[in-house]
Amino acid sequence: MEEKELPYVLTDSIGGTHGVYLEHTEFLKKYFNLVAMKEFLENQKCFGEKIKAIYIWWQKPAVNQELLQSLPNLKVIANFGVGVDHLDLKLISSFGVKVTNTPFAVSNATADLGIALMLASSRRLVEGRQIAVSPDTEQFAADWLGEDVTGATLGIIGMGRIGYKVAKRAKAFDMKIRYHNRNRRKEEEEQAVGACYCEKMEDLLQQSDFVMLVVNLTPQTHKLIGKRELELMKPTATLINICRGPVIDQDALVEALQNKVIKAAALDVTYPEPLPRDHPLLKLKNIIITPHIGTATKHARRLMMKSMIENIFSALNGLPIPNEVFP
Amino acid sequence: MEEHELPVLLVNEVGGICGVLEAHVDFLKTHFQLITMREFLENKNILSKNVQAIYLWWHKPVIDPELLQSLPNLKVIANSGVGMDHLDLKLISGCGIKMANCPHAVSSSTADTGMALLLASARRLVEGCHIAVSLDTECFAPDWLGEEVTGATLGIIGMGNVGYKIALRAKAFEMKILYHNRKQRKEEEEQAIGAIYCKKIEDLLQQSDFVMLAVSLTPQTHKLIGKRELELMKHTAILINISRGLVVDQEALLEALHTGIIKAAALDVTYPEPLPRDHPLLKLKNIIITPHLGIKTRKTTRMITEEAVANILAALNGLPMPSEVLPD
Repeated sequence: MEEKELPYVLTDSIGGTHGVYLEHTEFLKKYFNLVAMKEFLENQKCFGEKIKAIYIWWQKPAVNQELLQSLPNLKVIANFGVGVDHLDLKLISSFGVKVTNTPFAVSNATADLGIALMLASSRRLVEGRQIAVSPDTEQFAADWLGEDVTGATLGIIGMGRIGYKVAKRAKAFDMKIRYHNRNRRKEEEEQAVGACYCEKMEDLLQQSDFVMLVVNLTPQTHKLIGKRELELMKPTATLINICRGPVIDQDALVEALQNKVIKAAALDVTYPEPLPRDHPLLKLKNIIITPHIGTATKHARRLMMKSMIENIFSALNGLPIPNEVFP
Repeated sequence: MEEHELPVLLVNEVGGICGVLEAHVDFLKTHFQLITMREFLENKNILSKNVQAIYLWWHKPVIDPELLQSLPNLKVIANSGVGMDHLDLKLISGCGIKMANCPHAVSSSTADTGMALLLASARRLVEGCHIAVSLDTECFAPDWLGEEVTGATLGIIGMGNVGYKIALRAKAFEMKILYHNRKQRKEEEEQAIGAIYCKKIEDLLQQSDFVMLAVSLTPQTHKLIGKRELELMKHTAILINISRGLVVDQEALLEALHTGIIKAAALDVTYPEPLPRDHPLLKLKNIIITPHLGIKTRKTTRMITEEAVANILAALNGLPMPSEVLPD
C-alpha cells in the first residue's frame, strides 16, 4: 500500500536570518513537505496544485491575488503571531481559504515585555545603565530618581488575552488597574485582577500613570492615540505600546514628548519597523524603543510553530480549527 | 516662657550629588533644626553639645570614633536604607546610641528593581534598545531571541522583606519559586507565594534559571557567590544582584561570564560603586549594571526620610522605635 504523502506547505524561506528556523524544520518535516518560495517559483507547474497550506513566518510570504490564484488547492494560511493586519482577510476568504493565527503562543511573552518596558521606563534603567558604564561617571548622584511602579495606576487599553495577562502581573506590584475594551469583562475576571472598567477611554487616560496599548490593529484602532488623547493623559504619565505602531499617531507622539505633554514613552512597535535612522523619535531622551521583541523568546517561537502546525493539520483534515481568524 | 526648641539633627550635606534631598528639607525642618557637617565643623565648640541625632544619607557622614566622641549628647543615628554594613554597630551601641534603618520604605522599590533587572536581562532589553536606534540597523532580525520569564524557575537567596516581595511579583509571572534563607518561612507564607525552601543553597543554584540575591551583607554572606556557586548554576542561568556588591566574588563572576559558565548577570550593586572606569566587568556584553537604583524613586526616598524621622523622634522621646537595629 502506498504511503500517504505529507501535505505540501509553502513557506517563504528556510534558514538564514528571516527564514523558518532550522531548529524547527526537523519537527515541521514530520508533518509537512515544506516548499520554499524560491523552489515554488522555479517549479510552479509541479507544486502549484500540491500546495494546500501557507506557513507565514515573520509576515512572509506576502499573500496577494496572484499568489492565491496560483494555488488552486490552497486550504489554509497559518500566520505567525497574533496580528493579521498585513493580510487582506476578505480577499483570502473570497478564495475559500481559511486564516489562522497563534494568540495563545504569544500572550505570555508579550505581556512580560509590556511589564519589562514599564519597569525599565519608570526606573530609568537604560539611562541608568549608561551612567553605570560611562567613562565620565565619577559618582552616582543621590538626586537622580525614577518613579515607583508599585502602587501606581496602570491603564490598559485592550483587555484581550495579552491585556489580561498584563493586568495579572501588574496586580502583583499593587498597581491600581483601569481598563478600556470594546466589551466589558465578566465581574469575576475583573475582580481576579482588581481591574476597574472605564467605559470612556478619556477617564482611563486622565487617571493613569502608565497607559499600555494592547489592542489589535483595525480601522477602528488606527491612530487611536493622537494629539487629543495625549493631552488628556497626565503630564507625569508614560505611554507603552506593545501592539502595533499605527495605533499611535507618531507625529503627535513626537510633539507630545518634545513638549512634555506626557513624560515618556516605551515602544516595542513603531511604523515602520525599523524607523528611518533620522526619525525624530530616535533622538528623544524620554523614550525607549525596542525592536519588536514582544514574542522574541525561544519558547514563544517554538509554541507558535507548534500552534501553526496544529492549525494547518486541523484545517486540512476537516477538524475544528483552534485559532481561525474571520474577516 | 521659653519656646521649646526643636532637636538638632546633623546631616552630611543638603542637595547636590550626595546630599539629603532638597525636596525633604522642609519636612525635616518641621521636626528638627538641621545642620550640615560643614556648619558643624565650623562651629564645633558651640554645636557639639546640641546634636542629638544624625540622619545618614547614602552612608554619610562617616560614623567613626572621633565623630562619636565629639557628640556627647548624640542619642540616635538613623540610616537611609536597610543595609547597615557600613556601620560599626557594636561601637555605636557601646556609646549608648540607638540606631535605626528603614526596612519598610525600601522593600517594594527594591523588589521592583529586582524584577526590572530580571526582565531586562532575560529579554535583552538594553541590547534591543541599541539595535532599535543604531545607525547600522537596516532591519530587525527575526532570529534574535531572548529567554522567556513566564514559567521559568527563580531562585531567591535571602527571603526577608525584599525577597518576599520579589516572590509575590514573580508568582504573577507563573514562575516556579525556590528560596534559600537562614530560616525557613512559615508554611502559610510559603504557600501564599508558592515557594519551595532549599535548605542547601546548592539545590537552588542547580535548578534555577534566574538566581536573585536579596540578602543583607554580613560576614556570612560576604562572597556568598563565588567560583563554586557559579559553577553549580546552569550555564543558561542569569544572576541578579540587588543586595550588596560584596555578596558576589567579582573576580569569579568576571571569569564565569567570560567563559560562559553562566549566561548573564544583572547587577544593581558592585564593589566599589561606581566601578573603576577600566574595570573588566564594564566591558562584558552579557552584563547589565545599574547605578544602585534600588530605592531611587521620589516616593521611596520620601518614605525613607519619613521612616527615619519617625525613628529619630521615637528615640528622642523615649518611645519604642519602629525599626531599631541592635548589634548581633
